Order: sequence, then C-alpha cells, then structure tokens
Amino acid sequence: MSANHDTATAHDRHDAHHAHADGHGHATLKGYLTGFVLSVILTAIPFWLVMTGAIENKQAAAIVVMVFAVVQIVVHMVYFLHMNSSSEGGWSMLAMMFTIILVVIVLTGSLWVMYHLNTNMMPGLHDMSEIP
Amino acid sequence: MATAAEKAVPTFYVKDEHDHAEGGSTMLGFWIYLMSDCLIFAILFAVYGVLGTNYAAGPAPKDLFDLSLVAVNTTMLLLSSITYGFAMLTMEKNRVAATQAWLAVTGLFGLAFLGIELYEFAHMIHEGATPQRSGFLSAFFTLVGTHGLHVTFGTVWLVTLMIQVGKRGLIAANRRRLMCLSMFWHFLDVVWIGVFTFVYLMGMLR
Repeated sequence: MSANHDTATAHDRHDAHHAHADGHGHATLKGYLTGFVLSVILTAIPFWLVMTGAIENKQAAAIVVMVFAVVQIVVHMVYFLHMNSSSEGGWSMLAMMFTIILVVIVLTGSLWVMYHLNTNMMPGLHDMSEIP
Repeated sequence: MATAAEKAVPTFYVKDEHDHAEGGSTMLGFWIYLMSDCLIFAILFAVYGVLGTNYAAGPAPKDLFDLSLVAVNTTMLLLSSITYGFAMLTMEKNRVAATQAWLAVTGLFGLAFLGIELYEFAHMIHEGATPQRSGFLSAFFTLVGTHGLHVTFGTVWLVTLMIQVGKRGLIAANRRRLMCLSMFWHFLDVVWIGVFTFVYLMGMLR
C-alpha cells in the first residue's frame, strides 16, 4: 500500500514537472523586465501623444494610439502570460484564436450595424418625398 | 476463413481513464475561463463603442477625464504586474518569505489602483456625472466598474492565497493557485490597456 502510494506520488511529481516544462513555466527575470520596459514605453508614448496633442489630425492620432495598444497587448501576452503556440499542447493558443475571432465579430459587427442605424435614424437626413 | 482471420485480430478497448496528475489540466481550464471573461469585456467594449457618444447634452469625456490621474492609475497596475512576476520568480526558487513580500507589494499596488479609481468615480458622481446621466456614462461606469470589480476580487483572492501560503507553505496546490492568480492578474492588466486606450485616450481625442 505504502509502496503503491509512493509510486503514485513519484508519478504525480513527474507529471507535474512535465506539465511545468511545456506549460507556463518559462518565466525568467529577463523576460519580465523586458516586458515591463516595453510596456512602460508603449504606455508612455500614447499618453504623451494625447496629452500634448503632438499629432494635429485627431483621426491619425486615434489610429496611432490603437496601434500602440495592440502592440502592448501582444507584449503582455508574450512576456507576462507566457503565451506561445506550444503551451498546453497548443490548446491555449487555439482557445485564444477562437476568442479573438469572436471578439472581432462582436466588436466590428456591433459598431458597424449601430453606426449605420444611428445614421439612418437621424431625423432630417432623408427627404421623405424622395422615398417611392 | 475470413471470419477466422477477423477473430485472430485482437481488439483493444481502453476500459478506464488513465491517470491524470491532480491539477494537470487546471492551467488550460483557467485559461478557457479567462477567454470567456474576455468575451464579457468584449461585449462591454462594444456597448461603450455604440453608446460612447450619446452624451444626452451631458458631460463629455473632455469635461470629466483627468489624463494624469489615469496615467498614475495605469502605472499602479503595471507595477503590480511586474511585482507579481517577481513573486512567481521567487516562488520557483522556493523562497516563501520573499514570495509573500512580493505578493503583499502587488496587493498594495492593486489597492492603490482601486483607491484612485474610486476617487475618480466619486469625483465624477459629485459633479453630477452619474451612471443615470447619459448613455455614455452608463456604458463608462459598467465597463470601467466591471474591470474594477475584477481587480477587487483579484485582491481578495491574493489575500486568501497569502494566508494559504502562510499556513501550508509553497505546496504544489498553492503553487498552482498562485499561477492561476498570476494569469488572472496579468489578464486584468491586458484589459486595462483596452480601457485606457479606447475609453480615456480616444475619449479625449473626440
């Protein structure tokens, strides 16, 4: 019984170690510091851009700020969440891809439909006499 | 003849599930939970995107937001992310006291974030910018408030784990729990990137 128990524990340890090796265990001090420095830069630049109004064109500024956000999200995923295509045998990457597809559909779909709804419901935009 | 050959071919069935180490699938399961949480935030972002310009003749982002306050808030969350990372590194070296210290620092940064956010909300409500005022403010308080609630529960979870580690040390179960909270905490920082970009920075650009 006790021998059986011991092998079970050894097996558990082995598995835990195995899971650790291909799981989320690639944390290093260098990785965290790189991620942190990149995040600080990627946060500071958009804040500086908006607070000083360095880019005159507001639409261009908005696009630049969004690009910085996307890059920073990727930096966080890689350096803080240790995301890569091989963790959990690729299943976490698959789950994330599925989520990203859903998020893109939800966001673009909602904004697109509701923007056009707002535009078309605007009073005075359409001359009623033109409607056949 | 053919039937005899078929009989000769042995058929295998795996009758019982082979052993899985306890907690072996926790990380993937927790990741899938985080992805579902991500969908909640996506829907709240979509709501904010749709309602974000419906001011109902009330205050607009430019009248309400103080970007330097948001910058301080962002710094707090970013610092708490890196200190949690240090906690994980000390955990891997099995240094209980150092892990607890870094967890405590993370918790303090989390509380600082919540304090600044509550101050901002109180200030806005004091000026009459309540959630009932306009579609923009309803969507704002729902989105930013949901993120704040996540940070609140993350902080409660952090304190719980500090007590667990204090009682049992860095056993396998506690390591697993700390890794789950690590993912949760970093995930909240990722959501905050979306919040400060779409709500605060792009709100000021309108």
